[in-house]
Amino acid sequence: MRLAAYGLICVLLMFADQRGNWLEGVRGTLQAIAYPIKIALYSPIQAWYSLGELLAERAALQRENSALKETVAKLQIEAMRRADLELQNTRLRNLNETTADVAERTLPARIVAEEFSRLRRRVTVDQGSNVGVYVGQTVVADGGIVGQTMRVGRRSSEIILLTDPEHAIPVEIQRTGVRTVAIGTGRTNLLNLPSLPLQSDIVEGDLLVSSGLGGIFPTGYPVAIVTRVVKSNSSLLAQVEARSVARINATRHVALIWFKENHTAAPWTETKSP
Amino acid sequence: MMYRLRLEGRWRIGLSLALGVLLQLLPLPAALAALRPPFAILMVLFWALMAPRLAGIGSGFAVGLALDVYRGSVLGQHALAASILAYVIGRQHLLLRTKPLFEQALLVGAALLGYEALIWLIEGWLGQIRGDWTRWLGALVGAIVWPLLARLPTGRLPERT
Repeated sequence: MRLAAYGLICVLLMFADQRGNWLEGVRGTLQAIAYPIKIALYSPIQAWYSLGELLAERAALQRENSALKETVAKLQIEAMRRADLELQNTRLRNLNETTADVAERTLPARIVAEEFSRLRRRVTVDQGSNVGVYVGQTVVADGGIVGQTMRVGRRSSEIILLTDPEHAIPVEIQRTGVRTVAIGTGRTNLLNLPSLPLQSDIVEGDLLVSSGLGGIFPTGYPVAIVTRVVKSNSSLLAQVEARSVARINATRHVALIWFKENHTAAPWTETKSP
Repeated sequence: MMYRLRLEGRWRIGLSLALGVLLQLLPLPAALAALRPPFAILMVLFWALMAPRLAGIGSGFAVGLALDVYRGSVLGQHALAASILAYVIGRQHLLLRTKPLFEQALLVGAALLGYEALIWLIEGWLGQIRGDWTRWLGALVGAIVWPLLARLPTGRLPERT
């Protein structure tokens, strides 16, 4: 009898959680309660990382420093060129704003927990609805898109990464402008482009940028670089693999983005007037 | 007197269940995590066996719900499986207690397999299966550690038969 009662509660919970948003508030509260526990459980790992950083050898640091200086010098030169190119580009496209301006506000967030397996690629970050984070928000890191927010708690949010097998992002091959969809593989930093026909023009090294369709992601942000193209006669589709630009396993910081609603590069939504 | 014993028993049960949940959720490298016994579920089993009148379906439900919230799985799936497990074990506790430890371990392994299969079924039904074949290792490891776990002291309980 009691089992039946508890079982009924469970089934109702599952139904409500799966089929509607009635439980969002409840889950948010529960997540807020679970958050400190999560932090506490992950603290030994965090401590281990910071200890490792403390003990990093002086020589290694010096080496890294000189390498970084070199990179900065190189980047400065490139940046000078880039400023010029961007100016040209802007003139050419006759746009008053560049894509970079599409972000109205960015918010840095720290990864506090990760869940990496072949079937799930999720991370939890330390920002939540109390600072305005919303479900389906674009998350970037390290020069590219890494994913979107999936569940938002009061002080933390769960992010589904591009590499999660349940995730798909509309992309565009930058070189040719062909649009397709990149799906997660469950493997570190690897994406799959399952819907390109054999004769499509795609080669290794092509950059995939977000196409802005679908209403979640903005236009023109780097997503992945094609690493493998296999065209075999036994299938009608090309097998294309791409490596995400942002390497989520190598960073502990991400940024959440808010967009200017009426910008040309903002995520397209049906309610937005052209 | 009886009342005090009940209260103390409840405290012990609550704390050990919480400890079990923490142990089960403690992040470990993937290779180790696959070999970790499902502590929280083992604790539910343990108390359902030792004190079925203090810790029954309700404790299974609470532990399962905690797992659901923490893992971000659909609310209620672990709760349902753990409730059913606690119920079955609670129903058979007298029979199970008299079995030799080896036989108990086998039965616990079977119960854990059943639990995992239930979760797997629910996940499949909801269309979001997670974890690979290593998930089934938990039942094996759980059965192996059961003889140790079964010797844990329960403290004084009001219903010792």
